[in-house]
Amino acid sequence: MTWSRRHVLATDDWSRDEIELVLQQSEAMLEVLARPMRRTPALRGRTVVLFFAEASTRTRISFELAAKALSADTSIITASGSSIEKGETLFDTVRTLEALGADIVVMRHGAAGAPYFVAERVSSAVINAGDGWHAHPTQGLLDALTLRTSLGALEGKRIVIVGDVLHSRVARSDIHTLVPLGARITLSGPATLMPSAWRCGQLPAGVAFEEDVDRALDGADAVIALRLQRERMDAGLLPSLREYALTWGLSEVRVARMRPGAPVLHPGPMNEGIEIEAAVAHGPRSLIERQVTNGVAVRMALLHLLSTTPGAPAARGGGEADRREGKEVAA
Amino acid sequence: MILEEVRRIEADGTERTTSVRIGSDMSPNVDGRGLLVLPGLIDLHAHLREPGYEESETVATGARAALRGGFTTVCAMANTMPAIDSPGLVAELAARGRDARAARVLPVAAITRGREGKQLADLVELAAAGAVAFSDDGDPVDDARLFRSALEYAHAARRPVMEHVQDRALSGRGVMHEGAVSAALGLPGIPAAAEESAVARDIAIAKLTGARLHLQHVSTAGALELVRHAKADGISVTCEVTPHHLALTDEWVGGSRAFVWEPMRGASPPQTPQKVEDDPQTPRGVPYDSATKVNPPLRTAADVRALWRGLADGTVDAIATDHAPHASFRKDVEYAEAAFGISGIETALAVLLMAVDAGMGELGAVVRALTSGPARVLDMRGPDDLIVVDPALEWTVTAGALASKGKNTPLLGRRLRGKVIAAVVEGEVRYRDETAMQGRAGPPGRIKGAEAIARR
Repeated sequence: MTWSRRHVLATDDWSRDEIELVLQQSEAMLEVLARPMRRTPALRGRTVVLFFAEASTRTRISFELAAKALSADTSIITASGSSIEKGETLFDTVRTLEALGADIVVMRHGAAGAPYFVAERVSSAVINAGDGWHAHPTQGLLDALTLRTSLGALEGKRIVIVGDVLHSRVARSDIHTLVPLGARITLSGPATLMPSAWRCGQLPAGVAFEEDVDRALDGADAVIALRLQRERMDAGLLPSLREYALTWGLSEVRVARMRPGAPVLHPGPMNEGIEIEAAVAHGPRSLIERQVTNGVAVRMALLHLLSTTPGAPAARGGGEADRREGKEVAA
Repeated sequence: MILEEVRRIEADGTERTTSVRIGSDMSPNVDGRGLLVLPGLIDLHAHLREPGYEESETVATGARAALRGGFTTVCAMANTMPAIDSPGLVAELAARGRDARAARVLPVAAITRGREGKQLADLVELAAAGAVAFSDDGDPVDDARLFRSALEYAHAARRPVMEHVQDRALSGRGVMHEGAVSAALGLPGIPAAAEESAVARDIAIAKLTGARLHLQHVSTAGALELVRHAKADGISVTCEVTPHHLALTDEWVGGSRAFVWEPMRGASPPQTPQKVEDDPQTPRGVPYDSATKVNPPLRTAADVRALWRGLADGTVDAIATDHAPHASFRKDVEYAEAAFGISGIETALAVLLMAVDAGMGELGAVVRALTSGPARVLDMRGPDDLIVVDPALEWTVTAGALASKGKNTPLLGRRLRGKVIAAVVEGEVRYRDETAMQGRAGPPGRIKGAEAIARR
């Protein structure tokens, strides 16, 4: 398996081999992160621009740590710190990114599809760090890594995703990463927060919908709780947070319906007491902290792989020596 | 110029092989074999953007684009800035249309003042000034009571109300058809129900008033079914569909560039949506291309097939382009931020001819829906205009090939088959594709009468 992608926009068209490759490389990166000196020179001299047009602390810091651990230079463009809030268009930002000559652009944007817009127009490699409701490929990959470490091979495993699937890029990327690895997904949550096509039987391959969360959890191998945005209530999609917590919140009683020891994941940040009880979030099943560490490793793996893409700008200046060095790091 | 042995199709859809005189000049006759001569097409629905949005289109560029697309008559929608809501603006728009000396421009006036949906415009006076119909197109008249009054007054003015059918509470912030594709792309959806509930309301009010109601750009199977029933009940309702809703599906938002008939040629359509990339024959574009963003949104293949059935059984009265040109800055943005609309007046006929070739419908039905159908909606006699079409001529849709200022079409880069090579309006040849015409001049002697004309 050789890596040939120029961008990481979504994993919906990835092969199983590509996903496996990233997971293998991520495991190697975990070893790097376990060293006392958490730094390798794989991306020395390269520039990674973190373009965050939507507020995010966790993902941004995770990418920043990943880039720094690979010795890349990083700079950050955020919504509040740049002219985006003053009416600068995405096209203007694209021109800036192009002029800056970034090797890799990591971008978070509130509009689904925005990374495709940028990738079409810049010569840099683009990594989608979350676009609207559409995709968050590094989250999907880090969830796969986390689940695989806990469950072993995902073939035939049944994973429940509970909550606001309609507005969730995490849910979509989890589906696009876990299903090719052989897992089956059961979605659960209020019908108002589920894409209508999926609720009415037009589901993606490997995915089922079960409105009753207790039935969804019965005998499941793992559960991923999604963050509930409070503004969904204003849109009339939820009667109350209390109603949600009672009907779909992950309580200790509920998670006990899964197979013994079945893990609990959450992409964070959590609303404890709403989509997940504190006792579950911090209990023995929780892999939530593990997800954070794995996130850095997955992002390191992708940054590194993009610098090896044949003919890609992110690989420019990176001669054979650099690539060998990179391989060594990942080996 | 005389075209020998062309296929001439009349507004009633009948056809015969004949000779047709084009204009009054003495240029050599042309071998018309393989060419089509049609009555000038009538577009009930185009946005010419003037006044106010001249960076997107003007009356002159829009009327020229129309002519190149075979439309010798275009109804100009009123969603300009200011909106066409006063007799002076109606007269000015008509005058600019005449000055352009291209397609005939018929002004459609706003239903409400400023298209704000609050207070009726002076409909009777607007009709007297030359408005052929009333529409707040771009927006529906949300208030049902006001819509009732609009129909009553339009009835007095003897003009149809052309309604943009959309329940805005249901469509919300949607940007594409709500279905499997919007679910996958994570884009907010516009459900079919947003159109269907509005159609049901409007039909009920048309029945109440007895006025002429014309439903614009009907796009769902369910909406068409409501129209079919209303017509059977004798309610005075007509409707139009657009060429893009007859050819493209919501899969285009995800990057497909296959016409609805292409992946399933000769095969029964799949029951569940297939991943487009599974078929190596299917052309691919980029996902989230804002050129696919249009309101009503591109629907499913099942909806497209229902529209063709409606065209065949007469439920659909007209094919109207909803030509919606936009300056690039309104489209070169995130999908959710982009303006709705497809620039389609120059590609419409080619797409429809290709659909007919693929077996989606009959040529006669398509021609009727582009000529006598819209004439009936406007209650006017079809003009004597003619267009000449080379149905075999292939061309590539490029920004440069379009006369419209709006280059916002998802067909950019696509090869189409079928091109208008001449258009006659009011007895005057106002458009002629010289290269295509010269290409038709066969060897001397093969063209009947050519020598006689050359000696004069």
